Amino acid sequence: MVNPNVEGKKYPATAPYLVGREKIREFAHAVMSSNPVNLDVFAAQAAGYTDLVAPTTFAVVIQERSLATVLADPEADIDFSRVVHGDQRFVHVRPIVAGDELTSTLRVASVKSLGGHSMVTFETEIFDANNELVSTAISTLVVRGDE
Amino acid sequence: MTHININGLEVGQEIGSQEFLLTRDSLVRYAGASGDFNPIHYRDDFAKSVGLAGVLAHGMLTMGVAVQLAANWVGDAGKVIDYGVRFTKPVFVDVSEGALVVVTGKIGEIDTENGIVRIDLSVVFNETTVLGKAQAKVRL
Repeated sequence: MVNPNVEGKKYPATAPYLVGREKIREFAHAVMSSNPVNLDVFAAQAAGYTDLVAPTTFAVVIQERSLATVLADPEADIDFSRVVHGDQRFVHVRPIVAGDELTSTLRVASVKSLGGHSMVTFETEIFDANNELVSTAISTLVVRGDE
Repeated sequence: MTHININGLEVGQEIGSQEFLLTRDSLVRYAGASGDFNPIHYRDDFAKSVGLAGVLAHGMLTMGVAVQLAANWVGDAGKVIDYGVRFTKPVFVDVSEGALVVVTGKIGEIDTENGIVRIDLSVVFNETTVLGKAQAKVRL
């Protein structure tokens, strides 16, 4: 079971992640995007962006870096082999673009027990190099009990 | 840059549909792109050892492809400002046939004042809804 005392716990900022143009293209192909702003720099610039725009769900890559710090935290006691993704949401203040240098901080928003399982909701805030909020990623993991 | 006039939209209006064929290749590609190398997404023996019927797609892959319908409707993927889903059912990916995911969308809510429209997505595999409450807000 997940330690309920980690509710409200905050995890420190991850090392900066530099968003690369080819990484955006690689991710865009993986999610079957044909959207020009994800793939074509000229299209992105014509639409008013400085560079390629990351697909809507790309922020998961940054979220995972924060999540890794929680999963490695013995106090949280999360058994990753028992984890199922329950829900996921991204709220973007602005799209992530190539050239962004992103850090993220994570807060354990809630820990709930439900019939022997734990449901843990994480809120990951993603910041750019100017420390401006770019996106918030909210993720609920279901950790199956021992049974 | 959008071609859509918000005043011409109605709640319930359909925005179209798109089909995505997820194959084992798609899963390997997504694993590499996302960094999620959980073997349940590429090894049948491992998936079965943890009680699954077989290899399943990353929920985040299904989520990532489903929103393409909304992004293509608005034309500019950067205008999708809020997107959430619940992972309700697994998408098992057959080794030879793959898994066909069918996405349809309709207008769920119109906020004329702020120029924001909510698209409600229906995401179906094998006649079963696999993402619940899949909603994307786009800024027009």
